Amino acid sequence: MSLSATTARPSPAAPPSPDVSRRRRRGRLLNRLDVKYSPYLYIAPFFVLFGVFGLYPMLRTAWMSLHDWDMIGEHTFIGFDNYTRLVSDEYFWNALVNTFGIFALSTIPQLLLALFLANLLNRSLLRAKTFFRMAIFMPNVVSVAAVAIVFGMLFQREFGLFNWLLSFVGVDPVDWDGHRWSSWTAISSMVNWRWTGYNTLILLAGMQAIPKDLYEAAEIDGAGPWRQFWQITLPMLKPTFIFVVILSTIGGMQLFTEPLLFGNGNIIGGNQREFQTLAMYMYEMGIVNLNTAGYGAAVAWAIFMIIIVVSLFNFLLVRRSAK
Amino acid sequence: MSVTTRRTRLAVAALAAVTAISGLAACGKDDDKPAAGEKPAKLVVDTFGEMGYDELVKQYEKDTGIKVELRKTAQLGEYRPKLVRYLATGKGAADVTALEEGILNEFKPNARNWADLSPLVPDHSKEYLPWKWELGKAPDGRLIGLPTDVGSLAVCYRKDLFQAAGLPAERDQVSALWPDWKGFHDAGLKYKQGSGGKAFIDSITAVSNGVLFQGNGDLFYDKEDNVIADTSPAVKNAWDTATSMADISAKASTWSPEWSGGFKQGTFAATFCPSWMLGIVSDNSGPANKGKWDVASVPGGGGNWGGSWLAVPAQSKYPKEAAKLAEYLTNAKSQVEAFKLKGPLPTNLEALKNEAFLSYTNEYFSNAPTGKIFGESVAKIQPIHLGPKHQAVKENALEPALRAFENGQADKAKAWEQFTKDAKTQGAF
Repeated sequence: MSLSATTARPSPAAPPSPDVSRRRRRGRLLNRLDVKYSPYLYIAPFFVLFGVFGLYPMLRTAWMSLHDWDMIGEHTFIGFDNYTRLVSDEYFWNALVNTFGIFALSTIPQLLLALFLANLLNRSLLRAKTFFRMAIFMPNVVSVAAVAIVFGMLFQREFGLFNWLLSFVGVDPVDWDGHRWSSWTAISSMVNWRWTGYNTLILLAGMQAIPKDLYEAAEIDGAGPWRQFWQITLPMLKPTFIFVVILSTIGGMQLFTEPLLFGNGNIIGGNQREFQTLAMYMYEMGIVNLNTAGYGAAVAWAIFMIIIVVSLFNFLLVRRSAK
Repeated sequence: MSVTTRRTRLAVAALAAVTAISGLAACGKDDDKPAAGEKPAKLVVDTFGEMGYDELVKQYEKDTGIKVELRKTAQLGEYRPKLVRYLATGKGAADVTALEEGILNEFKPNARNWADLSPLVPDHSKEYLPWKWELGKAPDGRLIGLPTDVGSLAVCYRKDLFQAAGLPAERDQVSALWPDWKGFHDAGLKYKQGSGGKAFIDSITAVSNGVLFQGNGDLFYDKEDNVIADTSPAVKNAWDTATSMADISAKASTWSPEWSGGFKQGTFAATFCPSWMLGIVSDNSGPANKGKWDVASVPGGGGNWGGSWLAVPAQSKYPKEAAKLAEYLTNAKSQVEAFKLKGPLPTNLEALKNEAFLSYTNEYFSNAPTGKIFGESVAKIQPIHLGPKHQAVKENALEPALRAFENGQADKAKAWEQFTKDAKTQGAF
């Protein structure tokens, strides 16, 4: 830098003037400070942002959950009463069952399908590979709200496409949001449509990382494609697979927009709460009902705990598979 | 790397961190309160839907020299959370805020969030519908809202479908079909017969709404705001009337896609129309159905669904000036102007007698004299005490239970059980 050339370099012949030596000392001090502290400053933006938008809201939510908290009124400290109430709250358990039900319906078929598609795309014989890979990812680019609105129309009782198709095989029109099984099916179909391609691509990447010589050796030993899939692809894919499962779990526990829009934006999710998820219940208690914000915060923490438990379970699975 | 490059980097990093922090801190800064008596440069007005204030606000600017910013939010569903945020954080609220009936009731228990208007504006209590004026008061007696409009009820019906099913189509004859709810049900059955089994009304929740708002006594709360949903005769009456209509209902609950699509498809021939609903009916039915709809009176006299007030948040820096603006926007002349522009029904007694208001006809609805129809039904509205979480009990306890019954998910007794149980939790405040 030009600045350093003009100011920081004293002439070699003359003895350093007191002014220059002072400047040099200051330079050394700054240098030491720089080495010691500037790394912290470099990473500070992340931690500042995380603190403000991540940690603070979390702690604040925990604090709120210990209060009888009115959003626009009084706050009274009540200890763990909100959590005690939660344990015996029928609608909380209902939401938990719904969340896990929809999660199972959307994750299991989705991952099986993704595995199948990834295996297809991994074939060396396939033409126009890039096109298919792009095409399969497309649904993920569409916004959730758009997906939910379009699927909501497809699953309409009176003029919906699915009921129209069902009428050809003699099935009476289904009231999709009127039963647990049908609403769960409809909502998971949205999730499946949107995320199958995404998971396919991740699994495909995992498959391509498997060394080719394993397959060649297997082929020489006389193993057919089916046997190769079971004995090479699947075992080698396990870490990727578990990663995909963890991602789907986190997404599944936070399911909100799809069921909300499926029920015309009604926060209770169906006339008898057939498809109200945990996230929706939290929103109902914490945001819609102004006077139960503290209880809503307790629900939020319960969701947090549930995600931790499920993640721990996944983590144990990973450790076992690594052995 | 020279020392200075490193030094520059350090400075940049420090600067970045400082900007990040100070940027956040800036959000928390509050301007100082102005000196008393200072004239505001600008007042902000928050409204939802279409309240018809666009021209009035311009006039006010001309008259007073105070700039007015009109912030409109289309959907009430977006408007409420914003308002809650303003109140919860104590900043951001407009100087004049429109409060819809449900929101007003919900906010009343925490009336301290709102300025008491009674010392700020002269007493206008005699100039408005008395019950409407009373509802603008909080339990502690402070006046928090000046009345804007009411949603007095009527029935919108399809002339052409009525005629095809052998019912009279002319609006006075149609009104004569149903002096009471029994008559309405009979007309529905006749329509069903004459049309080959088609549904008459959109949903039974529309019926329960209509009956509830006719106000035959306390609904979900008594005067002391105890939840009495399970014992209230008025609620039971609405429940029984609504459930009796299941055989003539299209099961298309209000605001659902089945409902909005049903207008075009003619899946039902009648629905309940507060005055603000007319625009929604015509939008959903489309230009092709222009002139096929008409407006008749509601069974069993008048009723009220919706309506708003103008309030001044306690956080406003210019409560006095804001109250003046609210007073101006709700006076008789302004209410007639707003009605002509967007259709909200006046609550000012003088505005209700206004010639321009009474002679107004609606072209889409076969030139029905809506000013006269709604104006007459306004007079029949009975004052109702709604209680703090009326809206939540209605939307998240009563209507889901009714729909569960309507769709055959629960029998009548089970559905009632569901309602009374949920009403307790939804109604608690």
